[in-house]
Amino acid sequence: WALLRGRYAGPLCRLYHGDVVATIGSRPDSNSPVYQESYDRMKALVTELKDRAEKVRLGGGEKARTLHMSRGKLLPRERIDRLIDPGSAFLEFSQFAAYQLYGNEEVPAGGIITGIGRVSGTECIIVANDATVKGGSYYPITVKKHLRAQEIAMQNHLPCVYLVDSGGANLPRQADVFPDRDHFGRIFYNQANLSSKGISQVAVVMGSCTAGGAYVPAMADESIIVKKQGTIFLGGPPLVKAATGEEVSAEDLGGADLHCRKSGVTDHYALDDNHALHLARKIVRSLNYKKNIDVTIEKPEDPLHPADELYGIVGDNLKKNFDVREIIARIVDGSKFDEFKALYGDTLVTGFSRIFGYPVGIIGNNGVLFSESAKKGAHFIQLCCQRNIPLIFLQNITGFMVGRDYEAGGIAKDGAKMVTAVACASVPKITVIIGGSYGAGNYGMCGRSYSPRFLYTWPNARISVMGGEQAATVLATIAKDQKAREGKQFSEKEEAALKEPIIKRFEEEGNPYYSSARLWDDGIIDPADTRLVLGLSLSAALNAPTEKTRFGVFRM
Amino acid sequence: ILRYISQAGRSKIDKVLIANRGEIACRVMRTAKKMGVQSVAVYSEADRNSMHVSLADEAYLIGPAASQQSYLAMDKILQVAKLSGAQAIHPGYGFLSENTEFAEACKRQDVIFIGPPSSAIRDMGIKSTSKSIMSKAGVPIIEGYHGEDQSDQHLKEEARKIGYPVMIKAVRGGGGKGMRIARSDEDFLEQLESARREAKKSFNDDVMLIEKFVDNPRHVEVQVFGDQHGNAVYLFERDCSVQRRHQKIIEEAPGPGISPEVRRKLGEAAVRAAKAVSYVGAGTVEFIMDPGHNFYFMEMNTRLQVEHPVTEMITGTDLVEWQLRVAAGEPIPATQDEINLQGHAFEARIYAEDPDNNFMPGAGPLLHLSTPPADPSTRIETGVRQGDEVSVHYDPMIAKLVVWAEDRQAALRKLKYSLHQYNIVGLSTNIDFLLSLSGHPAFEAGDVHTSFIPQHHNELFPPKKETSREMLCQAALGLILKEKALTEEFNLQSEDHFSPFTSNNGRRVNLLFTRSLTLLDGEKKVDLKIIYNRDGSYDMHILDKVLRVSGDLLSEGDVTYLKCSVDGKVCKSKLVMLDGTIHLFSMEGNAQLRIPAPKFLSDVSTTASQGGAVAPMTGTIEKVFVKVGDKVEAGDPLMVMIAMKMEHTIRAPKSGTIKRVHFKEGVQASRHAPLVEMEEDAESE
Repeated sequence: WALLRGRYAGPLCRLYHGDVVATIGSRPDSNSPVYQESYDRMKALVTELKDRAEKVRLGGGEKARTLHMSRGKLLPRERIDRLIDPGSAFLEFSQFAAYQLYGNEEVPAGGIITGIGRVSGTECIIVANDATVKGGSYYPITVKKHLRAQEIAMQNHLPCVYLVDSGGANLPRQADVFPDRDHFGRIFYNQANLSSKGISQVAVVMGSCTAGGAYVPAMADESIIVKKQGTIFLGGPPLVKAATGEEVSAEDLGGADLHCRKSGVTDHYALDDNHALHLARKIVRSLNYKKNIDVTIEKPEDPLHPADELYGIVGDNLKKNFDVREIIARIVDGSKFDEFKALYGDTLVTGFSRIFGYPVGIIGNNGVLFSESAKKGAHFIQLCCQRNIPLIFLQNITGFMVGRDYEAGGIAKDGAKMVTAVACASVPKITVIIGGSYGAGNYGMCGRSYSPRFLYTWPNARISVMGGEQAATVLATIAKDQKAREGKQFSEKEEAALKEPIIKRFEEEGNPYYSSARLWDDGIIDPADTRLVLGLSLSAALNAPTEKTRFGVFRM
Repeated sequence: ILRYISQAGRSKIDKVLIANRGEIACRVMRTAKKMGVQSVAVYSEADRNSMHVSLADEAYLIGPAASQQSYLAMDKILQVAKLSGAQAIHPGYGFLSENTEFAEACKRQDVIFIGPPSSAIRDMGIKSTSKSIMSKAGVPIIEGYHGEDQSDQHLKEEARKIGYPVMIKAVRGGGGKGMRIARSDEDFLEQLESARREAKKSFNDDVMLIEKFVDNPRHVEVQVFGDQHGNAVYLFERDCSVQRRHQKIIEEAPGPGISPEVRRKLGEAAVRAAKAVSYVGAGTVEFIMDPGHNFYFMEMNTRLQVEHPVTEMITGTDLVEWQLRVAAGEPIPATQDEINLQGHAFEARIYAEDPDNNFMPGAGPLLHLSTPPADPSTRIETGVRQGDEVSVHYDPMIAKLVVWAEDRQAALRKLKYSLHQYNIVGLSTNIDFLLSLSGHPAFEAGDVHTSFIPQHHNELFPPKKETSREMLCQAALGLILKEKALTEEFNLQSEDHFSPFTSNNGRRVNLLFTRSLTLLDGEKKVDLKIIYNRDGSYDMHILDKVLRVSGDLLSEGDVTYLKCSVDGKVCKSKLVMLDGTIHLFSMEGNAQLRIPAPKFLSDVSTTASQGGAVAPMTGTIEKVFVKVGDKVEAGDPLMVMIAMKMEHTIRAPKSGTIKRVHFKEGVQASRHAPLVEMEEDAESE
């Protein structure tokens, strides 16, 4: 029906009618009360998102910022702004890391800012400690965020620039920071392995680099240190005094002069932050890095429909249905969508489009997954892998269909086909959770466990193994059955008392901020920014050479 | 007269040599081309790539930059005339234009000198002679002493007899040189001495004349034309009253407020003057006019004047064409009755000079040069193009802007409008000064006289105003948009044209990018906070005010314009960005804002405040007072340099020890070159 609904856009580049692509999307009835209420409620969520982001931007608060600046240092976000090409975009990850994660302790952005920006024309991963937040020390989530940034660098072949200004591991939490595989040590393991893959590691020492932190510049390919500001040592002055009784100043122990003139730990001597960032830009320029894009590119066009209509279409009520094509229409170039298998398994929408000129295969949910939809999804993923087309998953899924007929029809094995395809696809995969993300649907639609290159969440989204209501009902049924076996009554009041906390807990834990705080995604985004965020992510993802996909066994 | 007629009949001129450079050479060549006459240029080594060389049909190198060895070298020029087969030489103005010897040399070599007979040049070149000739011909003159007795005492007595204030003038003088005013007995001797010194240096002759000094006089001159057949006509007057350093800066024709009756009297007096010396060709009779419109003969210039175009504009003539035709023996192309005055014309002279620094002449590169579009009523007479250099060796005039309209008010409006579009970057010019001059109410009222500039000094040199917020917004936007354009250029080299990382949209996740930008308004730092809005506009915070800014760059020819909306008000300015400076030119005014160099860069670059002294302009080091190791105090003289024929003392910017001296005496230093390196005293750190 999509084809019939579609309007026709003007002729494209090559032929006349032969190349016409159907455009999708319709004008919503923006005067309807339903639309307006949805719009207002989503708008409220977006406003809340931006207000919270604005607070996160301030880092460790006014006092810490003032102190930081009084030392002649730039704030971490200013450092990033001056490192990247002037006025260019910065794709920041996980602003809400550590959000309400450590009880009363606020650690805005997890004390570390990560993202992708262009430095001297090259897209780079940037990792910047925020010394205004707990002295830039590493909380468990800080480590996780740093490692995630390195993972993104690895998957997408992005050079890394570390703007180091950190007191090292957070000592009271050392047990959750130091010993495990994905803890502090992994940072340096990654540096070595990234470098071994030709992914450059550049460190700019703009503050302290103590103990383990000393290895960030030491393990880097090239490093810069700021005069009278940066220090690098395995043991700081207090530790040295405790160990050997030697009294020495931080500057003499590990300052710029020592490391540039004597030890050779750092390669470049910067007079101040600005100078250091200037030198870092020069280093990136001399990486001789060339982005080779092995996909076709076309001139981008804006979508035909304004992005903010997404607010009114989606709203915040997950029970309300919407056509995912309306979402696609507000994300892709010219709202042009070549739908695949439009008439088959129609609870899953699949098709080809472009975003900022890059080709994409889009998979979006239009309801619960049936066997047909799962098989269609697997087929489409195979097509994209065959053709080297990045995949975009627009996730709004309650799960696979349940019931006797469906189990008998082999929905488990058909679902497995899609999960296999998703798991093995080595083209760039990017997931956006635009609504619910429940159960095995999360797997089939490339949830966090399926290593999408990037995963973003809308502020209306909910993620859990099942809906709170369903979980409470399941648990209540079990309790009722047990009581029944014991010959006891299970009053409605008792049932309500049992269900309420479960619903509440699911609601809390399914909240996108809860997810984002724990780094189950790469950030919560304004739905209206989806196109841009996807464009930036695709651009970054295309830095990596594509590997041929080899699928596992599809159970037939 | 006989000798000219005998030679004449009708000579043939189909090739003319122009013994000049710059705008006048180009001006002559244009008319030559129009008439189908070939033009031959001569040029010095400094002018190898000059406009007049490329405009000519043939061009010959005649020597080094110094005019003595090139544009004043008569032998070389005559040699080129012979070599090229030019039948005539047009001397332009300045250089050899009023040189009797040259006029005679031309005659000896059978080359037509396009100008009056040498006798006329000589007669008019000596002020006392010219005055007595004029007096005899019934042209009103100013009383004065032109006698032989040059003793101090006698001259002083004569001065007293004439009555103070008096003008002391070198008899052979000109161009304001060797000219002083004495207002009383007390300062007479001092001024006399000073005038003599200057005259001796400039003309090697210190014979002085004394005459009555007319306070607040107007300088009114009449264009005349004579031919070899004894005819002479006048082409009305020009008013050139507004002068600085005794040099004209803005001229107009006809003179404002002059009645037809006075006009006719002026013209007839001028024709009598021309006839008295059997004048041939273009000449100018200068009068001094008092507030009662009485006029007195001052001098006659026996050449085509710089400001001749205003006369051309109001009479619809081409005086260079007339010169060539008359030189070829033709009669004057029009009779007095056929010469009609129509409309009003202005000429503004655009100079490389610094009005804020006593109009100190300048030199340097024309990094950016854009002019108003030329049309039949707007003439841009220039000899330079963008990228050319205004040389220290010659006159620092860059161009003449000539406009014409139906009446004075309309012409003045047009002049101002056109001046706004005359934009130069690379050196200081007097354009802003010309704008405040032409916009002055007294000038608008036609109330002009030779002390106009000193009298209205305060209004003409208003204190430097701080750049308005709107202009700052424009500058910031210009910077951002230029940055964008550069990124786009960079993107063309990559395969990845459309990545959203390549557009300078400043986008951030969930946040708006706030950019801090510092601009230097003169020495004052202005901090801007610029918020990149999602719709492509910018919110600029300047001094507690927020302005909404958006706009685009437009290219017209090779000029970039910034179309900018600030809080809804749209304006269009010319945008030039060079060497870390943003230049904006618009009808509302100009602004120059510098982008401060980061500390790490400025620490190695040379600025006056940082380490030593720099040359204020290109010139020759005349004297060096210090050597390595000397201790100097702030303000101590370090060197003397001669630039644009003026002495400049370079003083120590701070106390310290001389570490290096970069120049020896007699060596040329270019503008901004560090002259000495100093080490600050330890205690001052």
